[in-house]
Amino acid sequence: MTTDTTPILRVDHLRKCFGAACILKDASLSLRKGEIKVLIGPSGGGKSTLLQCINCLVLPDSGEIHLGGQRIDLANKADLYRLRQQVGMIFQDFNLFDHLSALDNIAIALRKVKKMGKREAAERARLELEQVGLAGKAGLYPAQLSGGQKQRVAIARALAMDPKALLLDEPTSALDPELIGEVIAVIRALAAQGMTMIMATHQIGLIATLADEILFMENGVIVEQGAPASLLGPGNPSKSQGFCDRLNDLADGGG
Amino acid sequence: MPTSLSVLVDALPYLLQGTFNTAVIVSAAMLLGLLLGVAIAVGLVYGNRPLRFVLGLYVWFFRGVPVLVLLFLFYFGLFTYLGLPFNALVSVSIVLGMTTGAYQANIFKGAMLSLPRGQFKAASALGMTDLQTIRSIILPQILRLSIPAWSNEYSIILKDSALAFVIGAPEIMARTQFVASRTYQPLPLYIAAGLLYFLLTWLGVAALRTLEHRLRIPGYTHHGNP
Repeated sequence: MTTDTTPILRVDHLRKCFGAACILKDASLSLRKGEIKVLIGPSGGGKSTLLQCINCLVLPDSGEIHLGGQRIDLANKADLYRLRQQVGMIFQDFNLFDHLSALDNIAIALRKVKKMGKREAAERARLELEQVGLAGKAGLYPAQLSGGQKQRVAIARALAMDPKALLLDEPTSALDPELIGEVIAVIRALAAQGMTMIMATHQIGLIATLADEILFMENGVIVEQGAPASLLGPGNPSKSQGFCDRLNDLADGGG
Repeated sequence: MPTSLSVLVDALPYLLQGTFNTAVIVSAAMLLGLLLGVAIAVGLVYGNRPLRFVLGLYVWFFRGVPVLVLLFLFYFGLFTYLGLPFNALVSVSIVLGMTTGAYQANIFKGAMLSLPRGQFKAASALGMTDLQTIRSIILPQILRLSIPAWSNEYSIILKDSALAFVIGAPEIMARTQFVASRTYQPLPLYIAAGLLYFLLTWLGVAALRTLEHRLRIPGYTHHGNP
C-alpha cells in the first residue's frame, strides 16, 4: 500500500529494571505503517513493560526510541509528551476517567492537548463513539457502562488523538467472555482500516488472523519472531505454537 | 420578662455580629486551608524528595503544636516581629487556615492515593502533561471524595475558632464572655453561644452534604442509599 519503508516507530535495545529485577532485558522492534505485531508469551515475560516503555509511561533505563525517523530524547519532557500524543495506548483495565461521561472522556484530551474548542471536541468525540458503536452512550459515565463498552470508549479516546500507532495491552483480558466479541470486532475493524498496532494478547483468534508478525517474549527478551504462517501450525516446534496449544487446552478445559 | 431572658434579647444583635465574624473567620480559614491543602497534597504525592521533606515538615509542625500556641506565636510573635499589620480577626483566619491546611493536605493526599493509578497513566498516554492531568483528572475526583472528611474538618475548625477570644477577635465567644462578665448572667449567654456554634455547624455540614449529592458521579455509589 505504502512505498514508505522507513518505520513509523522503532525501538532499540530497551531495558528496564526495577531494583534487581530486570523485567525487560533487551528488546528491539520496528513498526511500518499499517503493520500489526502481536506480543505473546507467559505472564511476567515483560510484554506489558515493553509496551509501557515504548511510549515512556515507564521510562526505560536504556535504549532508544525513534518516532517517524526522529529520535526521542528520553530526558526531555516535551519530547515524551509529543511521543505519547502520537502513540495511543489501550489498557487491560480501561482506565477511563471516572468523573467524566463517555463523551468527555474523549473530549478532554482533545481540548487540553490538541487545544480544540469545546464544541469541536464534542463533535469529534461523538464521531469516535459512533465508530465504536456507542453513539447512544455519549452521556453515560464509566460506572454505568459494561466492561466491553468501557474498553470501546477507551479505544475511541485513543483514536480521537489521531495516533500514528496504537499499543494494546491485553485489551480483552479483563472482560467477561461474552463481552470479548464486541471489543475484538472493533480491533478487527481498526486493522481493516490499516491502523498500525502492537498488541499483547492471549486471544488465539487475534494472534493467528491479525498478526503480520508474532513476537514471543520470555524473561524480558523477544526469543522468537516471525509471520504466523512460519511459526504457527499443527506440529510446528516453535515456542509460539506451544504457547497457543496451551491456550487452546485451557479454552477446551474451561469450555 | 425574667432578667436572664431580657439580657439575652438585649445582647442578641451584638452576639449575632459575633456570629457573623465567626463565619467570616471560618470561611476564610477553610478557603486558605483548601488552597494550601491541595498544593501541599499534590507536592506530597507527586513532588520530588526535597519538596516532600519540606512539606512534611510543614504538616508535622502545624499538626504538632496546639492552635492556642500557634495563635500566640503568630499574633504576638511573628506578625508583630515582621511588622505585619494584621488585626486579631485576620490573624486568627490565617493561623486557622495554615493549621487546617496541614490537616486538609492529608485528607487530599489520602484521596489521591485511593484513586486507581491507571487514570494518571491513561491521561499521560493521551499526551496530557502532569499538571493538566492533576488539574483535570485527579483534582475533580479527589475533591469530590474529600467532601465528607472536609465537612469534619469544617466543624473542628469552627469550634477551634472560639480560641480567637484570647487575642480579642470579636467573635461569638469573645462577645459572649464580654456580655456575661457585665450582666452576671453566664448561664443563658453561654447556652446561646453553644446554640450559635451548633447552628453554624449544622448549616455548614448540611450545605456540604448538599454539595456532595449534587456533585455525585452518576452510577458511582459509595453508600447504600441513593
